[in-house]
Amino acid sequence: MDPILTVEHLHKEFDGYTVLDDVNMTVNPGEVVVIVGPSGCGKSTFLRCLNGLEKIEDGKVLLDGKIINPTGVDIAKDRQKIGMVFQSYDLFPHKTILQNITLAPVKVQGRNKDEAVREAVSLLERVGLSNKKDQYPRQLSGGQKQRVAIVRALIMHPEILLFDEVTAALDPEMVREVLEVVLSLAKEGRTMLIVTHEMAFARAVADRIVFIDGGRIVEEGRPDEFFTDPRTERARRFLDSFEY
Amino acid sequence: MSPVIESIGIDVLFKGNNMMRLLSGLMAALKISMISVVLSIVIGLVLGMLMTLNKPAIKVVSRIYLETVRIMPQMVLLFIVYFGATKAMGLNLSAETASIIVFTFWGSAEMADLVRGALISIPVIQYESSYALGMTGLQTYLYVIIPQTVRRLLPLAINLITRMIKTTSLVMMIGIVEVLKVGQQIIEANRKSSPNAAFGVFATVFLLYFIACWPISLLSRYLEKKAA
Repeated sequence: MDPILTVEHLHKEFDGYTVLDDVNMTVNPGEVVVIVGPSGCGKSTFLRCLNGLEKIEDGKVLLDGKIINPTGVDIAKDRQKIGMVFQSYDLFPHKTILQNITLAPVKVQGRNKDEAVREAVSLLERVGLSNKKDQYPRQLSGGQKQRVAIVRALIMHPEILLFDEVTAALDPEMVREVLEVVLSLAKEGRTMLIVTHEMAFARAVADRIVFIDGGRIVEEGRPDEFFTDPRTERARRFLDSFEY
Repeated sequence: MSPVIESIGIDVLFKGNNMMRLLSGLMAALKISMISVVLSIVIGLVLGMLMTLNKPAIKVVSRIYLETVRIMPQMVLLFIVYFGATKAMGLNLSAETASIIVFTFWGSAEMADLVRGALISIPVIQYESSYALGMTGLQTYLYVIIPQTVRRLLPLAINLITRMIKTTSLVMMIGIVEVLKVGQQIIEANRKSSPNAAFGVFATVFLLYFIACWPISLLSRYLEKKAA
């Protein structure tokens, strides 16, 4: 089985300061990879490099064996295959929930509007928000907005979904409603790359855990192994920091 | 004529075609301001977008332009263009053309700054989330950035438009017979017969400006509420 996403020797700098150093990774169809690591370790930047929101200094990112080039002519087309949900609720404030969701499928993919609306409504039903479809983002709670952002990514039928700390900006009581949606997507076999600080969730959802520290992959493995018996000292210290 | 109308000096307006003259004066002022406003909006939009590009050369030039316009009183600009250009460059500008040049020069600078401010107030994540959905740069501008910018821009732009209309009263200094000038002429001509004309005429001029600007102010308040 060919991997959906391949990252080879990725090197990323900000103003001469190395953020990611020789990162290699493959993600196979249906796999859920969770990236964990201390704040500032480069895990969010890594996700942003995958869909070309950041330029990389060296190495390459391949989607279905094709190189993702942030400045290439195909970048907009390639990004349609990569769904991304950000930490901050990034809905378009001037559009209703339904318009937020149908904008890209209609304008970018040229899909029939009625068909897009039907799919949007059924996806909203799935995340329990179909009654909000004609409201504006400002009328929704953080957790609701984040669920809409997930729907907005899903309607593009991406091959892989990237989640960048989607619960980090939420109040604790809203974290669960968002994580449950992500978990249900994992169960139906979607390919996902998730950056999170929620360790219990990481353990529940992941097929594989990747631990990044200082811009490098330090450890990689099955979640039960990683969380009960990490191989490296750095991973152990990181996991200990979550215990009071 | 009733004594009240005479004592506050409105009587002169009913003499001859004085009221019509005042109105045509207002039209002269509105014509200059409308042409300048339209030109300023077009030039200001383009310039404001250029200013967000972060090119050092554009930054320096636009900074100098903006500061010049802010520091220089509009009347000085009018004199420079109308009298200065004629003498120094041998250009024979009509007073109206000179006024339109000055008002457009001023309006474009202010408009560009408003556009720039509105554009940079849109968070980067709005661009990124539309790129992440597969939108091109043009689609991102059309469907996401410009609609949000316009909402923030409208009330500010309308405020600028009313200021431009009001400031056209300066053009009488270079000989354009606009509403204020007509008012003065009427007062002068009726000094003997209606000594109180100054109050009545100027109050009428005030009212005419008010009628021209008030609807625009209302519109701005309505749009502000809608955008909030």
